[in-house]
Amino acid sequence: MVELHALLLKAARFEVNRRRASLPHLRGDDHEDLAQQSADDALLAVLGKLGEFRGESRFTTWAYKFALLEAGVKVRRRAWQGREVPLEDEAWAVLADARRGVSGEAETRDLIEALGEEIERSLSAHQRAVLVAVTLNDVPIDVLAERLGSSRGALYKTLHDARRKLRAALAERGFDTAERDRSEQR
Amino acid sequence: MSQADDRIDAARILARTLGPGGPELSCEECFAELDRYVELELAGADADGSVPGMRAHLAGCPACDEDHRSLLGLLGDG
Repeated sequence: MVELHALLLKAARFEVNRRRASLPHLRGDDHEDLAQQSADDALLAVLGKLGEFRGESRFTTWAYKFALLEAGVKVRRRAWQGREVPLEDEAWAVLADARRGVSGEAETRDLIEALGEEIERSLSAHQRAVLVAVTLNDVPIDVLAERLGSSRGALYKTLHDARRKLRAALAERGFDTAERDRSEQR
Repeated sequence: MSQADDRIDAARILARTLGPGGPELSCEECFAELDRYVELELAGADADGSVPGMRAHLAGCPACDEDHRSLLGLLGDG
């Protein structure tokens, strides 16, 4: 058990150190506290899921991911502590800037304009709030989940459904988003 | 901002709002497969062929993508 905790602490320290720049207001002790809390929580998670380890990777790799998840979520939430989630209005400014930036490229400009219209028209209020916060206002999904009393998985499902609706609405208006995907990959 | 920066910004916004086009894993499925996927990547094996839908999910979910980069980085660190 001590060895397992040490393994998880190594991963948690790695993650907290990697994200140190997002926590400029914390002292060295605070970073270590975050890593310790993450390792403690990861230990509980690992012990609770031991029966699910299928041996398809090394045990250390399997265990590490729990510590990285715990530390990553804690760091993101700490970085947003005391910050308000931006309002939807700020996202419209992001879209307007993007549209102005490509004013010479009619197809992309029209697509961004249609996208803004469909975000308002095609999505439910909840889908719009999640999509705008995560994709336009850069709110980490784990932070949004905490504020809404939800989970990463549930909010991502909402985001996924919202994206499907937007793609379908844009296709009905004659925009070929699939071709755009292919050209991005080329 | 240059025209090239503007295009990148517009492409980034479209990619983020519209997400990946094809089928993708859920966050829960991603987490369940992440350790196997990263070990396959580090071994130079066909990780995307072995775990279909993972690459698309990582493109669409910034949080899972960060977890993926972290595990790659930690294992790569030795």
